[in-house]
Formats: sequence, C-alpha cells, structure tokens
Amino acid sequence: MSGHGTMGAPAARLGGRRGPAWWLVGLGVALLCAGVLSGFASASPDGLEWVTERLGFSAAAAEPVVAGPLAGYQVAGVTDGALSGGLAGVVGTLVVLAVGLLLARLLRRSAA
Amino acid sequence: MHVPDGFLSLPASLATGVVAAAGVGLALRGARRELDERTSPLAGLVAAFVFAAQMLNFPVAAGTSGHLLGGALAAVLVGPWTATLCLTVVLAVQALLFADGGVTALGTNIVLMGLVGVWVGWGAFVAVRRVLPQRPASAAPAASVGGLLSVPAAAAVFALLFGVAGTVPVPLDVVVGAMVGVHVLIGLGEAVITGLVVSAVVAVRPDLVYGARPLLQRPAVPSERVPA
Repeated sequence: MSGHGTMGAPAARLGGRRGPAWWLVGLGVALLCAGVLSGFASASPDGLEWVTERLGFSAAAAEPVVAGPLAGYQVAGVTDGALSGGLAGVVGTLVVLAVGLLLARLLRRSAA
Repeated sequence: MHVPDGFLSLPASLATGVVAAAGVGLALRGARRELDERTSPLAGLVAAFVFAAQMLNFPVAAGTSGHLLGGALAAVLVGPWTATLCLTVVLAVQALLFADGGVTALGTNIVLMGLVGVWVGWGAFVAVRRVLPQRPASAAPAASVGGLLSVPAAAAVFALLFGVAGTVPVPLDVVVGAMVGVHVLIGLGEAVITGLVVSAVVAVRPDLVYGARPLLQRPAVPSERVPA
C-alpha cells in the first residue's frame, strides 16, 4: 500500500518523470549487446590469455572444475554459432538481472 | 581477465577466497545504505549490463583484445558497495554457467574485478570529481579516469599473485610488466566505454547516478522535492 500517498508521489517514487522507461531502455541495450553485438566481438585472446600464451604458462589452466551448461557462451545443440552465442548471452543477461534484482530487494528489505 | 582453474596454487586460491568472502560480507552491509527503492532496480540492471558488455571484446593491439571489466562504471552508477555485489553476481554466473573463470578461481576473480577494479575505480573517480567543476557533467570524465586506472590495477594484482603463487614459475617482473602493459591499452577502452555510459545516464537521469549526486544542484522548485 505504500506508494499511494499524496498526489504525484507514486510516479516520483517509482522512478520519476519518465516512469520505468529508462529501465526498459537500459535492459534493451544490455540484451542487444549480449544477444546481437556479441556476434561481432573480437575473437582474439583477451589481455590475460595473450600474456599467458606469450609467457608460456597458458598450459597451467586446468579443465574447468564445473563444466558450465553454457560453456564457451554457446548453447549445446544450436549449430549456428552466432545464434547460439546470442542465445547464451540473452540467457546470461536475464539470469544476472534476476539474481541482481533479487539480491537488491532482499538487502533493501533487511535495511528497513 | 577471468582467471581459470589451476592458475594459482590451492593455498593461494583459498586465501583469495577468504579475502573475497570478507569483501563481499562487508559489501552486503554497505550496500544497504546505498540501495533504496529507486536504486535497487538500477542495481540489477547494472549487473546485467556489465555481464552483457563483458561479452564485447574489442581489439587493442595485434592479436589481442579486451573487454569492459565494469567495476568503475558500476561504482559510479550504483555506489561502490553495491558495485562489488554486482560484479560478484556477474562473476559467479560466468563461472557456474559459462565456465568463464574457474569456480576454484572465483575468489581470485572477485578480488581482481569486484574489489580491486571497483575500489580503485571508485577512489580515482572521487579524487577527480573533487577537482572538477561541481556540476553533473563532471561525472563522466571522472568516471573515465576511474575506468582507466582500474584495469591495470587489477592486472597488476593478478600478476603479483601469479608471480608469488602461480603454478608455473615466471619471474615476477616479467609477468607484472606484460600484464600491466597490455592492460593499460585495455584500460583506454574501459575509459571510453565508462565515460560514454555515465554521460548517457547523467543526461537522462542524473538523480539516479550515485556518484553524480553530490554534483547536483538543489532543486529549484521546492514542490519537486520528494519527502525523505
């Protein structure tokens, strides 16, 4: 029932003048990055991988202890690489979003 | 910069795990002061955006690439304690679902990106914010400097850890030099992305940007004030 106080207050408290539009735009940008733009990302080794290869200790990497279900940012069974990577990215983004929102909500509630 | 399983000795991985757990424990307390009903939806969104942006490797030099770490960006947008939690969620999901960063190296990765990246980025941001004109537009350049410094700082800490407790003997100065060198370049990309995103959010909703709040002028119209 909170949030229904004085006139105009609910909108302000729920995110202000433009309502949740900014939030949906932000989510759209994140999904676009993970789902589409990720297909155009550089496939070169990242800084750490490059250094480990150059200095000859890349072999120190063990097999992953947990073989993740979306390992390599690919969905098993989806043969099209870009589609598979995009799907994995969208799933990961939504999982991170859900966990992040849940955690923030729990912390906010416990602070009250 | 996701450290895989097997890079650091088991005792070193345990030690970084203890440091990470302590840092996350402190962040769980500190974030309660940063989160309110307006900022907690943003916190979830920032975590999701950092995950997505980390998939976008950009080329930095011949044969190597980098991606946003996002610690400085998250700290400026939602506050440093909440940013530590955002990065922790991202790194945990990457390790458990994507095999990106080892599960036994999760503590190491939280230390590097969730603690060093976030807090070096935040510290540099606060220092630069202090000397720039006190207006919202100053948040973006200050955030850029935070992003720029956060990446080589995290790289240097990894190099020190590996030089001391790596499973392959490599001279400390060699690994520090190589890691910091390439990550200065990646830090330039981090600076550009961090500055662009912060300036975009400041342009739309400056009141939502944790690090820009001290730069906001008092509301001119008293009726716009939201009762505390």
